[in-house]
Amino acid sequence: MKKKRIIPCLDVRDGRVVKGVNFKNLGDVDSPVSLAAKYSDAGADELVFYDITASAEGRKIFTDILAEAARNVFIPLTVGGGISSLSDFERVLNCGADKVSVNSGAIRDPSLIPEAAKRYGDQCVVISADVKRVGDGYRVFAKGGREDTGLEAIEWIRRCVGSGAGEVVVNSMDADGVKGGFDLPLLTLVCGAVSVPVIASGGAGTVQHFIDLFRKVPDVDAGLAASVFHFGEIEIRDLKRDLSAAGVPVRI
Amino acid sequence: MVTIIDYGVGNLFSLVSSFAYIGEETKIESDPDAVRRAEKLVLPGVGAFGDAAEKLRATGLGEAVTEAAGRGAPLLGICLGMQLLFEKSYEYGEHRGLGLIKGEIRPIADVIPEGYLIPHMGWNDLVLTGLGERCPIFKNTKTGDHVYFVHSFYAAGCESNVAATAEYGAPLTAAVMSDGENVFGTQFHPEKSGDVGLGMLRAFAEL
Repeated sequence: MKKKRIIPCLDVRDGRVVKGVNFKNLGDVDSPVSLAAKYSDAGADELVFYDITASAEGRKIFTDILAEAARNVFIPLTVGGGISSLSDFERVLNCGADKVSVNSGAIRDPSLIPEAAKRYGDQCVVISADVKRVGDGYRVFAKGGREDTGLEAIEWIRRCVGSGAGEVVVNSMDADGVKGGFDLPLLTLVCGAVSVPVIASGGAGTVQHFIDLFRKVPDVDAGLAASVFHFGEIEIRDLKRDLSAAGVPVRI
Repeated sequence: MVTIIDYGVGNLFSLVSSFAYIGEETKIESDPDAVRRAEKLVLPGVGAFGDAAEKLRATGLGEAVTEAAGRGAPLLGICLGMQLLFEKSYEYGEHRGLGLIKGEIRPIADVIPEGYLIPHMGWNDLVLTGLGERCPIFKNTKTGDHVYFVHSFYAAGCESNVAATAEYGAPLTAAVMSDGENVFGTQFHPEKSGDVGLGMLRAFAEL
């Protein structure tokens, strides 16, 4: 039986893992390479490396770190942040990434997803959407959550999947960093709209939040979190044991 | 020393890294003569069957692999590399494979119930068959161990060569071993399957 995945996300800037609250107030955490190995040993099912540097030097440091992690950790690695062209795909795939997640890049250039899917396969292309409730609906935000694109979120995600994205990361900006639980209504909407795996991101604060996620949105494939793992508030080994005890199929 | 066949399909970074991690040297090889003489071979691959089969034919590497396997060299096909070991595939048309194992590659949509996502992507647990229990690359592996899959097609009509299956609405072929017991294939990615996968690569390297 296929298992639900637990995915720690490592936001990397200047060679360090950082984590903020509501996309601001970034704080320093640890070396990405040692953290990646620690999570893999603890039973993480996959890792996301997110490049939040903007400079060219920062990008070089990031790819070096990615390669170093990929030489020591043998679970799937997804890389995102600053992916805006096929050459960005090439750059991170050559350093050990298995999947590449696109966000603002896909908004700027609608041909990025179909072209990447054609060259590397759908399974390699992940659409990551920063979603925030605006009025009665949900909108997609770009540039690390700073810019309202005006795009209706569910429609946008559906379009990305239709053009070749093989997986969706839904990051609820309303839930992110405040540790009040995953955004279950939003995730239910997305799961109902697409037929590719959906990864829930934003809002994890306790083990119970993960149990609620997989019980109340049974179609969701994975739960992603950062700070609760980085700061040791939830140990992955304990989380997976508790999920299993609650009847959620996980790899132990 | 494990020779990894390079025919321009897929990314070899993780495969090379995982063998390096367990202390096994690798050589990436695109010369058919070197492949023909290799001690142990890995046939990797992601992407479409037709393109990959054509590249193997055009480069002469397909013939070289077949020869090496014919003289008994251990050969491990991974993911699309496993599918290429079979006689033919029905992925976008009909394509001929290497024919080292009897059977064919069909869409998983043919056998799994509705509501299951395609591709079959993620961690699933292995069920070893009787053949799998004595398969040398599984000497560190047992039923219930988890491995990482990403595939939309599966090997069918190869019952007597199935070493392991994974349940995804139907028992899908997860690993195979040839009648000569020197050709192995895994539908999953051992190089992405944590300690379980490394254990298989170690067993293969020790053959």
